[in-house]
Amino acid sequence: MLEKMKNFTQDVVTLLWKDLLAEFRTKEITISILVFALLTIVIFNFAFTPDPARVGLIAPGVLWVAFSFSGVLGLNRTFVIEKERGGLQGLVLCPVEREALFLGKAAGTFIFMCIMEMIILPVFSILLNLPVFMPGLLAIAFLSNIGFVAMGTLFSAIAVNTRARDFMLPLLFFPAIIPLLVFAVKGSSMVISGEPWSDVMGWLWKIAAFDVVYLVVSTLVFEFVLEE
Amino acid sequence: MALNPDGDRRSPLDYAVKVEGLTKFYGPLRVLRGLNLELKRGEFLVIFGANGSGKSTLTRILSTLSRPSSGRVFVEGLDLEKQAQQIRQRIGVLLHNSLLYNELSVYENLKFYGRMFHVPDLQERIKETVAQVGMESRLRQRVGTLSHGMQKRVSIARALLHDPGLLLFDEPETGLDFDALRALMGIIREPSGRKRSAIITTHNIEQGFEWASHIAILDKGQIQFMKDKKEIDASSFLNTYQSVVC
Repeated sequence: MLEKMKNFTQDVVTLLWKDLLAEFRTKEITISILVFALLTIVIFNFAFTPDPARVGLIAPGVLWVAFSFSGVLGLNRTFVIEKERGGLQGLVLCPVEREALFLGKAAGTFIFMCIMEMIILPVFSILLNLPVFMPGLLAIAFLSNIGFVAMGTLFSAIAVNTRARDFMLPLLFFPAIIPLLVFAVKGSSMVISGEPWSDVMGWLWKIAAFDVVYLVVSTLVFEFVLEE
Repeated sequence: MALNPDGDRRSPLDYAVKVEGLTKFYGPLRVLRGLNLELKRGEFLVIFGANGSGKSTLTRILSTLSRPSSGRVFVEGLDLEKQAQQIRQRIGVLLHNSLLYNELSVYENLKFYGRMFHVPDLQERIKETVAQVGMESRLRQRVGTLSHGMQKRVSIARALLHDPGLLLFDEPETGLDFDALRALMGIIREPSGRKRSAIITTHNIEQGFEWASHIAILDKGQIQFMKDKKEIDASSFLNTYQSVVC
């Protein structure tokens, strides 16, 4: 049992190492999602020019439009890169648990999303005249990433085998992820409006609950998605 | 357990590959039609067939990439339906795609696959397999900068890295130069202390004959012809092939 766990962890880490190394060399995913998120925030900032009274209403929406759309862009690339180079078949041929493949791929995307958000959040705060360091917003972004990436990795693996894969992923993914996005926007709104932590915690728990559901379901279903 | 043509009783454990009534549908298209195949350990089967005869589909099913629509498949004595993960550990697969990552070096690619296959003494094994395919000097070079033929050599090293008992090679000669083709046979049959088997699909009859211990012709989703190479007259095989395929 211990040996099995050790092998499982090694498989996840090896796949993550490969994805991080490849991304470090090409920067294909990181740059595309970062540029997209930055552009979204800058354009919204000029379109709305939010005054301090309305910023609590507008800012959460702007932030999560940027995060979710650029996240989908990154998720799309995750499996397209594997598929284009035949690497997906290479992964399927590896004698490892399918859950390890899922977690390895999801962990890579999770890190790319976190990097993007760490850069975007200060820019967002400066543009909207908000405090640069908001731990509540960081906590919401971090927790939401888990569910977002778990569900997104599953749907990305489904969409990559379809002809209109760039179109299919958002079409399949967003309806499934709506509850999480609603909780993230509501929670972010409370943080930006300066509501007490006790109120924000309620939304954090809801996000965490959905993370668990998404993570368990996606891990279990992933095996069937890989099969032809 | 049925009596085999040799008159003795064999279980699936005695075979490198045993296929019974294998059928594969792609939508309404039936690619394999109740295919039967037996390959004993240590045998090298070369399968010839025209385009669309089902060669690649058979390779994909045996390598666990594709599920049969019906029929039973045993690879290295293991049931494909229930023991796919164990089968993956025992097969070395070479497909049309290199299955390599262009932005990683030859060494990094082999290290990745070696760790995924839990290969013991990985550093040594990488050195051995890279030497076998003559790519020692390119170990630190990125795969994306290699020629197609060199990528194919690295793919062969990848397929051999975990010392598999059964090799499944789909048209391995594509992109390889004369020297590499000659070396490939020695690489495949390298003494590894046990009987290694292989199923190789190809269009190249001359090359296939050189590799094979047994020859088969796949047509219309079924094995139409299968014999020990010793029983076949090489000079008239092209006529046999054409009469079976046409």
